[in-house]
Amino acid sequence: MPFRGSLTSREQVSVYEFSWAAIIFVPLIAVLIQIFIPVRVRFLPIIDLPFLVTIFFATARRNPISGCITGCLIGLTQDLFAGPSHPLGMYGIALTVIGYLASSLGLKIDVENPGSRFLLTYAFFVIHQGVYYGVAHGLLREGLQWSWSHVAISALANAVIGIFVFKFLDRFKQR
Amino acid sequence: MDTFLGRYKNLIVLAAILFAQIVALAVQVRRPAQEGETRLIRLWAISTVTPIEKAVVHSQEWIQDTWTTYAYLRGVRRENRELRAELGRMKIDDARISEDARMARRVQALLAFKEQYVDSTIAAQVIGTSGSEQSRVLYLDKGSNDGITPDMAVITPTGIVGKIVQVFPDSSQVLPINDQFSGVGAALKDSRLQGILKGAANGATTLQYIMSDEKVVPGEEVITSGGDRIFPKGLPVGRVVSVEPGKDLFLNIRVVPSSRLDQLEEVLVVTKITEKMPDAKDLGPLRASDILAERLPTVPSKTEVDAAGNAKPGAATAGSATGTGTGAHPTAGTAASKPVNGAATINKPGGAATAPHTAAPGSTPGTGGVVKPKPTTTGTHPAATTARPSNSAAPVTTAPSQVGSQANRSAPTTTPKHPKTESAPNPNSDQSTIPPTGAPPQL
Repeated sequence: MPFRGSLTSREQVSVYEFSWAAIIFVPLIAVLIQIFIPVRVRFLPIIDLPFLVTIFFATARRNPISGCITGCLIGLTQDLFAGPSHPLGMYGIALTVIGYLASSLGLKIDVENPGSRFLLTYAFFVIHQGVYYGVAHGLLREGLQWSWSHVAISALANAVIGIFVFKFLDRFKQR
Repeated sequence: MDTFLGRYKNLIVLAAILFAQIVALAVQVRRPAQEGETRLIRLWAISTVTPIEKAVVHSQEWIQDTWTTYAYLRGVRRENRELRAELGRMKIDDARISEDARMARRVQALLAFKEQYVDSTIAAQVIGTSGSEQSRVLYLDKGSNDGITPDMAVITPTGIVGKIVQVFPDSSQVLPINDQFSGVGAALKDSRLQGILKGAANGATTLQYIMSDEKVVPGEEVITSGGDRIFPKGLPVGRVVSVEPGKDLFLNIRVVPSSRLDQLEEVLVVTKITEKMPDAKDLGPLRASDILAERLPTVPSKTEVDAAGNAKPGAATAGSATGTGTGAHPTAGTAASKPVNGAATINKPGGAATAPHTAAPGSTPGTGGVVKPKPTTTGTHPAATTARPSNSAAPVTTAPSQVGSQANRSAPTTTPKHPKTESAPNPNSDQSTIPPTGAPPQL
């Protein structure tokens, strides 16, 4: 359900479209970079590119259904490469929720501003980790350990990188 | 009804997608993939991505190689000098370790120990990761087409990395030892306490199931125990960094892996491990005099050599001590005769012992007699870089892939001798060369 209460007037909210090539290849490339770059730059797993791409598409298109589906597909793609002990659907569920929330929030507030993008990314990252932890711990009984400090640092890193990633992805927007 | 669906359309779609994924999760948990079995959708996805990753990694390697080989040669001379010096040092070590290994094999054969050898390996390149913090699996550029199968050990020269969990035609997946689903049979090198090395979600590795009344000190080395039937016994795993009392009467021992798991580029996949008894040939000739020499480490200093230079039975006792020589200065070589049957008798009183650079804890200084077979290690003189064990006709090579031996830990060490000081090769002793199964891994 979209968030109630509007921080931005309806007229100020722009809904963007993307080419099919961008919709397909941008998430795929994000996942590819995510699984390849850590071979050389090991700290990159902190930066979750598929998560950032999900937020970007969801907030730009401002459609909760497409946000859900985009998040679900990106998450499942990420699950495919996460190893045999990682069931398909863990990232799928987390990013489905994020896609829905981001697109719902995108209907209400200005998400073009770097400041709001920073805060959005930070908050959504914490939610994303919480949902993942809930699925792993609650549904699968995996022994994950929750670390507030680690989540806070990762969220900060993603929020900072997210500003630049969003700026770059803005080029693919079509009105 | 239409109004309800229209109003809550977004929420219903969200619930439907989540429900579908939760059901899928439940199905996977209820029917996990069999060992080595791969879900078809994963096979497709990884088979699609692997060629791209291979192309990128190999292009990068090619560019890097071209640059470092032909363009960027700064510091190569200095590095060459350093490597030569290191090679010299390693030759000394090699001679000593060879002798140790040979002696250990004798003991193992006598005690009917089985020894594990890494017979063959395949070098592979890391081309990808899981891309997430929760899973630490790695992707290699070699798969079933290259002979890789699940449960093969993956190692580097510095330590173990993990095991193969899934194999695809042109790639394979490695579960590293710091993954939360990993478990490796490990033991503390000094105390020989055995436990299980487990990873955690945050990438830390801990040695578990060691009772809290045991004494474990930080800094102690951890090696594979061989109990998991995946890793050969004796491979380096890591080092203990902290020991804390854990729950359930067990210690919580934090271990830092020897391999840099966060900087892996090339690894070795162990494709064949041989477990066998040391060859009876490794024993070499065991004479009554050898046994006597070991039981009676102090031998009368009287040297008896006949005119032809043949050692008499009393001197043959010292022959067993040739492997426990002195690492003496080259001048000592002039003082030593070359008797037959490997007997290292010294026909000049005080010969080796009076040499100025004799680093001879194993010798009897000033006695001018035979060298006592003390299990000591010397050979620190630079001239000893060319030394080889005196009791072998052929140079002994210590294969790096020979693992699981007790040799480097328990066998008394002996001293390499300078060629001039060593005795004539014993025609029977060439059987002590390490069997070819311990050949170096293909890098």
